[in-house]
Amino acid sequence: METARDKAVKDGPQDEFSIVRHRAKRVDAVEKVTGRAKFGADLYFDGMLHARMLRARFPHARIIRIDASEARKVPGVVAVITHEDIPGARTFGPVKRDMPVFAFDKTRYLGDGVAMVVATTLDAAEQALELVRVEYDELPAVFSPEEALAEGAPVLHDHAPGNIVNHHKVRKGDVDAGFAASDVVIEREYRTQFVEHAYIEPEAAVAVPNPGEGSVTVYGSIQNPFTARRVVAEVLGVSLNKVRIVQCAMGGSFGGKDDIMSCMCARVALAALKTGRPVKMVNTREESIVEGYKRHPYVLKYKVGATRDGKLQAMEIRILADGGAYASMTPFVTWRSVVQATGPYEVPNVKTDVYGVYTNNTYAGAMRGFGSPQIIFAHESLMDELAAELGMDPLDLRLKNGFRSGSTTATGQVLDDHAVSLVEVMQKAADAIGYREKRKAYAEAARRAGTKKVRGVGLAASYRGVSLGGEGVDATGAIVSVQQDGSVYVYAGLAENGQGLRTIFSQIAAEELGCNLEDVVFMDTDTSLIPDGGPTVASRSTTMGGNAVREAARKVRETLLAVAGEMLGTSCEALKASGGRIFVAGDPGRSLSFGEVARAAYNRGELMAAFGWYKGPRVWWDEEHGQGRAYFTYVYGCQAAEVEVDTETGKVRVLKVAAAHDVGRAINPATVEGQMYGGVAMGMGYGLLEEVEMARGVTRTQNFDEYLIATSMDVPEVIPIVVENPDPYGPYGAKTIGEPTCELLAPAIANAVCHATGRRIRELPLDLEKVLLGRSLKAARGKRGSEQA
Amino acid sequence: MREVGPGARTTISFKVNGGAVEVEVSAEDRLIDVLREGLRLTGTKEGCGIGECGACTVLLDGKPVNSCLVPALQVEGREVETVEGLAKDGRLHPLQEAFIEHTAVQCGFCTPGMLMAAAALLRENPDPTREDIARAISGNLCRCTGYHQIMSAIESAARRMRAQGPGASGAGTSEPPGAPVVSEASRREIHSRDSAD
Repeated sequence: METARDKAVKDGPQDEFSIVRHRAKRVDAVEKVTGRAKFGADLYFDGMLHARMLRARFPHARIIRIDASEARKVPGVVAVITHEDIPGARTFGPVKRDMPVFAFDKTRYLGDGVAMVVATTLDAAEQALELVRVEYDELPAVFSPEEALAEGAPVLHDHAPGNIVNHHKVRKGDVDAGFAASDVVIEREYRTQFVEHAYIEPEAAVAVPNPGEGSVTVYGSIQNPFTARRVVAEVLGVSLNKVRIVQCAMGGSFGGKDDIMSCMCARVALAALKTGRPVKMVNTREESIVEGYKRHPYVLKYKVGATRDGKLQAMEIRILADGGAYASMTPFVTWRSVVQATGPYEVPNVKTDVYGVYTNNTYAGAMRGFGSPQIIFAHESLMDELAAELGMDPLDLRLKNGFRSGSTTATGQVLDDHAVSLVEVMQKAADAIGYREKRKAYAEAARRAGTKKVRGVGLAASYRGVSLGGEGVDATGAIVSVQQDGSVYVYAGLAENGQGLRTIFSQIAAEELGCNLEDVVFMDTDTSLIPDGGPTVASRSTTMGGNAVREAARKVRETLLAVAGEMLGTSCEALKASGGRIFVAGDPGRSLSFGEVARAAYNRGELMAAFGWYKGPRVWWDEEHGQGRAYFTYVYGCQAAEVEVDTETGKVRVLKVAAAHDVGRAINPATVEGQMYGGVAMGMGYGLLEEVEMARGVTRTQNFDEYLIATSMDVPEVIPIVVENPDPYGPYGAKTIGEPTCELLAPAIANAVCHATGRRIRELPLDLEKVLLGRSLKAARGKRGSEQA
Repeated sequence: MREVGPGARTTISFKVNGGAVEVEVSAEDRLIDVLREGLRLTGTKEGCGIGECGACTVLLDGKPVNSCLVPALQVEGREVETVEGLAKDGRLHPLQEAFIEHTAVQCGFCTPGMLMAAAALLRENPDPTREDIARAISGNLCRCTGYHQIMSAIESAARRMRAQGPGASGAGTSEPPGAPVVSEASRREIHSRDSAD
């Protein structure tokens, strides 16, 4: 068995790459710039019907009766479907099976689907929706975790009488002793908001009945085809092999096209089997925002103690996460939060409790960051507040306590088998933004009175566990298949979400085979072609899937080199494959084209396809004691921001951001930078602009006129700093980049705003009123100021 | 603009990407419905339906419009350009090439609208500053890229088109040679709203 260290040694000298580490063009770019790429809503089938949903009228109500008789009479209506039409499971959910495909006993949030009209035209479907009569018995509801946890609060689910989805804890050392040994102890409370994924493509799916009894194919903007397949099969009451899921081009996901798409797939599949015709459903933007899950709002209470010289002694943390109506990914999201809650710092004594709570708000689930943006906003604001209390520079405080090789995390994991590059990324980001000079210069400028626009600089750092960690099974597969002309298919169990997975996997296959990138075609992810490789989440694609592709390609290369060795009269050990040629190392004149070798191998009856499977290294978690080897490796990142604050309007302008991220190794530097630019823009939105406003269960911000995401006029100058410390477990040392880029900027901005104005804002987003007045005009997160009684 | 009562249907004629088309529409139909459902030009995307995201941007008589806000009846006799018309004679438009080279595409859903907004800018202003570019695409939302690689791509395409001169591919509104085409698809009615059953 090859150990990670053996592999690192083997990978080490192999620094001459021809395709990996190059700025390869995206393999899916031509179809996307020509408009030929097919997204879910772009599919049409003969005789296709259109489906529309009727959603809940009350955020919490008992359903007494559903009467669709009038709706069925509308010309063009083919079927009206409710929970009564479900042959299999009525509920689904990744952890707890608590979410109905069609509400049957109760509605628990306004996005619940109650009935579906299937008609020959959208107009007929919409007309019929208005004629579906639903009789409700409205129930008292809860709209915040505090309300939900109160004595005698209304209960959403019978299985959770206290409205608690889950409770995770971490226990390390003795916090009481730690605070007793501290010279300075501060306690702070931070709050974060509901945030929308805001992918530009709303959800879409089309189900087509197959000739076989009870069998269906579903196409759509599906982030996790295997998850969707399981839900569809369970709802239809059929085996997994009766359901085929084919992923279309994905117009963005960011974690958001998981549960909602599983549900949409189940609905259209049900309709297709019931009507015997293809059925398409496309959400409007308003439906997408009302139905879709969000990033969790957190209430975070932190208590931290340190000695006078700035050494951290203890942290006590209590977090409430608003999970909304259904559990969805809340147990996993909050688990990442509990593991990483202290930030990348050595803290000898830790006590952390994180609770996921049911409310009648829109439900919360996976979104880029997955439980990290909230805690990083808190611990990185806290570090600056503690530094101020100690009279230290915030960067110095971080450098004093930051993880180094051999450090022990809050969960007792010793970081000793990968490069712990926290100090490196912090220093690189700080240098790039001119942190030390600006910290001094702006503080002096602020003391000179009369300036309306003040500047500040701040930073934030994090460590992040790669892939699923203790969440569960972590394995995935790929197939590499070389054709007789030397062209190549790659199939993978993980899926392109827009992030560039097809390109990265194609690069790895081409690098390993020695063919040209242009010779590789990445096939659509199709559950009927490849084993279940788990979900495309947790920034796990490059690490996990990349290893699987590499393994598959390596097996095929061995076959091809053996054939080439015979043809060239040499041993295969003497051969190299690169740039579309297989040649004798040191004698490139003795060579064959990749296609020639493929043809010869084909003619000899050799197997030119292989399956690669990669199982993540062992991790473990002791839920009882809140300790464990939570993730097999970590990435480190730091973002520094320079801001200008208009003290008359409260407007914050982010002038410049330096983003330093250790990615292990950049398989494609151009797509890595693309992740950084995109993550910075989304992180800025989290810090300054974005909030889904919930008013007693009603989603107020339903479209992009009110839900503001950054435009080209808002984004700051970005200095992307790609740090490479190859990881023993990643393919070519590569780790991850998708999520870390999105989790750091909000606290960096908050710290910079505090530096500029002297005002600490502990609630996201930092909108005009919070910066100008120090408080939100959206009182109690419920009603706007003008609507208060 | 023709007067048509609610629900009534009429046929309109206009040009799409240089070719003449006739489509049957109702007063409620929007240009995006005609393009996507009627003509199956699905490169034009719908992201919000209220003119905020710009994914449905097409050129109407050379000017960028949100096709989700344009009543179909208003395009009678006019000229519409969509992403499908950018490449000419099998050759990509310099903007398309630059988007590929600069990794300006991630999920690709905003890309068609972004390209059309950029094409309109470069016709008006062949030598835009970075600020001009940011302003020109500020009505086109992108959630993946953070815009920087897109703006670099547009700068690069502008340079290339200036170097190639005014005759550069797709830089003008010149019509392709040959007789106007009325495709089979274009005669279809708007499908989703009146699906053949």
